[in-house]
Amino acid sequence: MNVMETQDLGKRYRRDWVLRECNLQVPAGHLSALVGPNGAGKTTLMQLAVGLTLPTSGGVTVLGGQPAGSPAALNGIAFVAQDAPVYKNLSATDMIHLTRNLNRGFDHRYATSRLGELGIAPGKKSGKLSGGQRAQLALTLALARRPQLLILDEPLAMLDPLARQDFMATVMTAMADDGVSVLLSSHALAELERVADYLVLMSGGRLQVAGEVDDLLACHRVLTGPAAEADRFAGPLRIVQTRRAGAQAHLLVKMSGPDDPVPPGWEAHPVSLEELVLAYLRSPGTETPPGLSLARPPLTRPAEPSAVTR
Amino acid sequence: MTALTVAAQPDRDASLRPVPWRGMAWVTWRQHRVTLISLLAVFGALAVFLWLAGLKIHHNYAVLTACHPFTSTACQALNNTFNHADWTLANILGILMQLVPALIGAFAGAPVLARELETGTFRYVWTQGFGRARFAIAKLVLLAVAVTAVAWAFSQVFSWFFRPFLAQEDLSVLSGTVFDTRGIAFAAWTLTAFAIGVFLGTLFRRIVPAIAVTLGGYLGLSLATWWLRAHYPVALVTSNPSISGNGPINVNDPWVLNTWFTGPGGKPANPAVVNQVLALFPTHGAPLVKETMAQAFAQRGITQWWRYIPVSRFWPMQFIEAGWLLVLSALLIAGTVWLVRRRAA
Repeated sequence: MNVMETQDLGKRYRRDWVLRECNLQVPAGHLSALVGPNGAGKTTLMQLAVGLTLPTSGGVTVLGGQPAGSPAALNGIAFVAQDAPVYKNLSATDMIHLTRNLNRGFDHRYATSRLGELGIAPGKKSGKLSGGQRAQLALTLALARRPQLLILDEPLAMLDPLARQDFMATVMTAMADDGVSVLLSSHALAELERVADYLVLMSGGRLQVAGEVDDLLACHRVLTGPAAEADRFAGPLRIVQTRRAGAQAHLLVKMSGPDDPVPPGWEAHPVSLEELVLAYLRSPGTETPPGLSLARPPLTRPAEPSAVTR
Repeated sequence: MTALTVAAQPDRDASLRPVPWRGMAWVTWRQHRVTLISLLAVFGALAVFLWLAGLKIHHNYAVLTACHPFTSTACQALNNTFNHADWTLANILGILMQLVPALIGAFAGAPVLARELETGTFRYVWTQGFGRARFAIAKLVLLAVAVTAVAWAFSQVFSWFFRPFLAQEDLSVLSGTVFDTRGIAFAAWTLTAFAIGVFLGTLFRRIVPAIAVTLGGYLGLSLATWWLRAHYPVALVTSNPSISGNGPINVNDPWVLNTWFTGPGGKPANPAVVNQVLALFPTHGAPLVKETMAQAFAQRGITQWWRYIPVSRFWPMQFIEAGWLLVLSALLIAGTVWLVRRRAA
């Protein structure tokens, strides 16, 4: 099942396209990181997925084909927006009661025991909580709904390193215990590198690349060789980024599989996730030629749903 | 990281029951209890004040009407107290009553959804299982009923308080500022003001501009209604001169909308002749002829006509006014729900 699927999804505010031609499938069971610089369209994509915004073009479905914003979608998705909005004049207990009244299922025991573990006084007004506590409260309310998909928009931006760790620990526990799928956005990859196993990379309102982290790392290489020959590869290989250092050129290329032959006179090195992300974000113009998707060839193993960048 | 099991089965439950409505009663109460309690407290305190002041005024009025002879010094003193001290208070309260629906609309109506939009909490509440349109409908209906009920109860107290002044101050229940504080009109106006506030708050997504425009919009609507009321299809036409209300003005005097003259055979009257007759009856001083004005016109073959609304049409007028206000409020609330459904984040 795909927890989220978009077809030619686009969103325009007045004259500006903040998201366009987005074709994406996010499979279930992953902690998917939606990464990109500010203004990449991450928040828009998430708000389209939870039904807060209607698309200008194309469509988005969630939880295996449910239209975004439909009752079934609302029921199965818990969303924590940027800055974790809660009613500032309501206490944590009130927020629990409120969320319970507004949802079909709500795990009251989980919610109260989590608040106890977090040391959040039940009667304290949400507006008086620290940023970390408020984020944890919003996350607790979301998880107590027992969602199939948890969507978190920039949940770590406001948190100090310690609070980030605590927050992610809560998310990881929920994934392990309940098998909830998570889609999480961030403008910084560093904090997600160790936990995310599916990556969606966006910039300038466009999808750059999407896929399982292991697959992405497996099919990208840095090739080092004579600069004079660098242009030769333009044909057979997809070059994401070219860096020249004197007589040497470093090409970050996408290969059709991990066993692609390395051209004579060139050396191949594995790529780190950070290198890969930066390369894609630095050259947002690069496009995948038709037919060259990031999905693995079906011969290797059944194709994982992943993205086509167009 | 460790492999993860796939999430629970997708919801194939075709009969996905919506979240029950009853939860919204508590949600609405918890979110708006400060507003609702303040509303009750303010109106409760005012009602107690009106009751206490009203007891005294009703007593003064009873003593005054029982006082004989009316021209005696004692009676004139009573009359003076009633027409000055008591009427000043009632007049101020009557003017304030005109503002009450506007204030409720601006300060109780406008923030209902504008606050959610302004502070970003709509991103929390609109993504809960309840659904945003149902959330808006449930909350708005509950609040509208509460506000309207409080306004209706309060207007009954005020009407009772104000009753003695109708006869004493040349007012009729159809007078502009009296009509809309009585019966069901006041409750309907409060509901409409609330709906205007809610709608504009959702449209502007900001509390302060919504408050300002709600006050302005309500003022415009209520001024336009003073003109509109004369066009409710309840007016009667008569040539019976008793309508013109010679002598003291009575509580039961009709609301005369306009008058015109016809000559012999129903043709328009000659204005020169009409003016000639009117000149015989100067506004100040005694008439120049022995006949009544009606007789003077009749002698010249002229009939005077009046279009008027009798006091007995008070309730039909109330239902007409409350009816269109109710329709307008329903449209505004439907428009608000439409905005909530459509509104981009």
